[in-house]
Amino acid sequence: MALDDRKRAFKVVGTRVPRPDGIDKVTGRALYGADMSAPGMLHGAILRSPHAHARIRAIDTSRAEALPGVKAVVTSADFCRAKHSFNQDALDHCMAREKALYDGHAVAAVAATSKSAARAALELIAVEYEVLPHVTEIEDALKPDAPVVQEDRRARNAPEGTHPNVTHVVSFGHGDLEAGFARADRVIERSFRTAATHQGYIEPHACLASVTPDGRGELWCCTQGHYYVRELCADFLGMDTSQLRVTASEIGGGFGGKTTVTIEPVALALSRKAGRPVKLVMSRDEVFRASGPTVSSWSDIKIGMTRDGRITAAQAMLRYQGGAFPCGTVELGAMSAFAAYDLEAVRADGINVMTNRPRQAAYRAPGAPMAIYAVESTVDELCQELGLDPLEVRLKNAARKGTKSAYGPTFDDIGLVATLEAAKAHPHYAAPLCPNQGRGLSCGFWFNFGGNTCVTLNLDADGTVGVTEGNPDIGGSRASISMMAAEELGIPYDKVRTIVADTASLGFNDVTDGSRVTFAVGLATIEAARDMIRKMCARVAKIWDIDEEAVIWEDGCARPAGPNAGDFEPMSIAEIAAIANKTGGPIAGHHEVNADGAGVSFGVHLVDVEVDPETGHTKILRYTVFQDAGKAVHPDYVEGQMQGGAVQGIGWALNEEYIYGEDGRLQNPGFLDYRIPVASDLPKIDTVILEIPNPGHPYGVRGVGETSIVPPLAALSNAVARAIGARLHELPMSPPRILQALKG
Amino acid sequence: MVQVRLWGSLREATGGRDVVEVNASDFKGVLRELEANYPGLKDRIERGVSLAIDGVIYREAWFQPVRPDSEVVLMPLMVGG
Amino acid sequence: MSRIHVRTTINGDAVEYLCEAGQSLLDVLRDDLGLTGTKEGCGTGDCGACSVLLDGRLVCSCLVLAAEADQRSVETVEGLADGDRLHPLQQKFLDHAALQCGICTPGFLVAARALLEKNPTPSETDVRYWLAGNLCRCTGYDKIVAAVMDAAAQMRKG
Repeated sequence: MALDDRKRAFKVVGTRVPRPDGIDKVTGRALYGADMSAPGMLHGAILRSPHAHARIRAIDTSRAEALPGVKAVVTSADFCRAKHSFNQDALDHCMAREKALYDGHAVAAVAATSKSAARAALELIAVEYEVLPHVTEIEDALKPDAPVVQEDRRARNAPEGTHPNVTHVVSFGHGDLEAGFARADRVIERSFRTAATHQGYIEPHACLASVTPDGRGELWCCTQGHYYVRELCADFLGMDTSQLRVTASEIGGGFGGKTTVTIEPVALALSRKAGRPVKLVMSRDEVFRASGPTVSSWSDIKIGMTRDGRITAAQAMLRYQGGAFPCGTVELGAMSAFAAYDLEAVRADGINVMTNRPRQAAYRAPGAPMAIYAVESTVDELCQELGLDPLEVRLKNAARKGTKSAYGPTFDDIGLVATLEAAKAHPHYAAPLCPNQGRGLSCGFWFNFGGNTCVTLNLDADGTVGVTEGNPDIGGSRASISMMAAEELGIPYDKVRTIVADTASLGFNDVTDGSRVTFAVGLATIEAARDMIRKMCARVAKIWDIDEEAVIWEDGCARPAGPNAGDFEPMSIAEIAAIANKTGGPIAGHHEVNADGAGVSFGVHLVDVEVDPETGHTKILRYTVFQDAGKAVHPDYVEGQMQGGAVQGIGWALNEEYIYGEDGRLQNPGFLDYRIPVASDLPKIDTVILEIPNPGHPYGVRGVGETSIVPPLAALSNAVARAIGARLHELPMSPPRILQALKG
Repeated sequence: MVQVRLWGSLREATGGRDVVEVNASDFKGVLRELEANYPGLKDRIERGVSLAIDGVIYREAWFQPVRPDSEVVLMPLMVGG
Repeated sequence: MSRIHVRTTINGDAVEYLCEAGQSLLDVLRDDLGLTGTKEGCGTGDCGACSVLLDGRLVCSCLVLAAEADQRSVETVEGLADGDRLHPLQQKFLDHAALQCGICTPGFLVAARALLEKNPTPSETDVRYWLAGNLCRCTGYDKIVAAVMDAAAQMRKG
């Protein structure tokens, strides 16, 4: 659905309106995953493997079942094989079958009348493990004698001799690399490593499941995609999807980590067995050990540049690990690595290896941060060596409309050059720096997606409008959707109420991910509003006894199209609503679509740091985010996405990492030792929103949620390199590592 | 006939070529012809692919038209977070 | 094991409950008293989502035993508003878009209230350090700090 050329001076879109869930959230009334209860409810608890890799020889649950208060115990035997084989991994992550594949892997679960009874029951489950050798690091997983994490999962297109732990082998690019490197004045090759990180949402996974003996189920859970949860859970429990109704609670953060299932199928299985509702909540320890962190990476980058800053060839070899299951994120990494550049010769190769770690889940622009960190750091190092301005070099090589992207398609209108120019013109770029201080910059990119979307608008009797959509609101999208409906209908924002419906009330909606909601749900809302407008105009045409084409919609009213149509007083939406029942029945607008045409979003981040040479501590002095939003529907929320993603990236660059011990167990599964940024770590995060309209959306909207996590990694790496005069090639750049680099 | 560009790791299935020609006028037709002419691609296509048509990425859009002069790029099925 | 009888005041109301020795105040508030506004983010005192005031002092309720509330007063996010009138902090959080998912918001509001009752004229640095015990993953803290500073200014005007 194309950009609407008639637009326009927006009346609602672009303003800063209050959000509909705001009062509930500041008063504590809003209900999140763990806030719901049901009569007769039991408490669930999960028994988890203390071993990183072990064969499960036997599980004896008899003593647990006999404990007073225990109403059900389940293991993998209580689940079907997934109907679709590509879902089997998701199920195996929720409950181990033959092997425990990582420290924290669920092996059994109980439901009991109290939390303490459930905990006591776990102690009574006897699991006979045959401990196996484990592997947690990429390099180790590739060694010839490395333990094989799962049999028969090797990539089918892998060359002869590839290790069985390698599940994906991919390659993207075009042009003649050899010729390109030959033309360069300087070629450098570097290796980079990043650790696994966690999305760090403050709300642990939580759900309340209720299955009745007739096979029908109700599930309340915090999720980014309740329709997908329904699809998976129905598959794993052998239910028809229409028999399982999933309601999405308010969600306390997701960032991609809540786009799949973890405890939900287990809660349903417990409830079915016990014949009572079961509430199951993860502890913070369980979230770290057994939900879905990011991949870790080990990458080689080779880039050739001429003396005056033109990149002649660029090559990447990315090695990712996504836990104990095949993980395709390296494809996204290989595709995004060089996306910001206009290159004649480019190649990005990638492999994924299995390790004894939990199953990877998406984290804002999955695969891109670690790849672009490596590329942007290498470009920056070349700029330093050749004495070139890093912004000028980006501008010189920037992808623009008509550039053949490194991942295949040719770009249409994109905002990279505009964001680079905005950064160049900004006072931040020219501000003076003192000793021990350095400035870094990085570009960032994300594809953004559309996807399956259903929206219904209902005209209420008093002329107000209800919008029913199916995407959990993770950042204020209900307000943006109401704004777009109000804009299209020409009515005030406060006459529209948007709700997120359960799976029984609306058709299928893809997960809230891929920065898709403001784009795709917005687009569907606009179309549904236009559908409703057509129907209202048709009613009015009947009342006026003129042709439908002779009635137009303007400023919330149906009007005659011109003087030839006749002399009629406009009919407002409220007047039409008042007589809807008498003129054919209630009026609604629909749109169901698999939306395409999402526009890519580019961003540039500038950061100034000061590094303390005694402690290795990095202080962020100043941070500015430049990003192309296409059209900022609600500027506060766009700023919020830019700031939030930037701070997650800051944590990733400076502090956050999964630390595994020799025993393959996660050493830091808590917020004390997995240190995310706090308020005192940070200055204000300045934002500059650019608007280069996306041709694929009626208002020009581009997704913005994900791009902002990509640039901070290299921006900080580049800033630290310039502050200390030495370059690190590993994240996080924690104080001990910086001190090591200072020692030389 | 429309030209379809393939990403690098798929070239083994097409004898090393990164651009192939198929006789198709929509998304589904492109996939069908690729599977028929290059059986090595079948597995990948079944697991899920996107097509970028003239710069716009379509994830699963069987009836999306493809013109003879369209730029068509076969890409992995992509997810976000 | 027999349970402990606790008499306390919560948000100004007299409340009685029975609790196990090992139960936290957070558990009792959420599971037994229906006050789910206070959230559990970690259970180990690292995230501040469970912040409440105990006899006016800011504490993590996950680190307070339910029995410790006996004869004391507890204030949670549910006690901030006065009927249908929002506390200035609540209003400013809305005005400044200082929440995205909102899960950390109750903890921040309680913590910010404690700060402003102790220090009505905090600098931005004071605010950032006082709130360092409250984790937020969505906002990057920028709009939260702006909201607290603005609320402080408004409350000074009286």
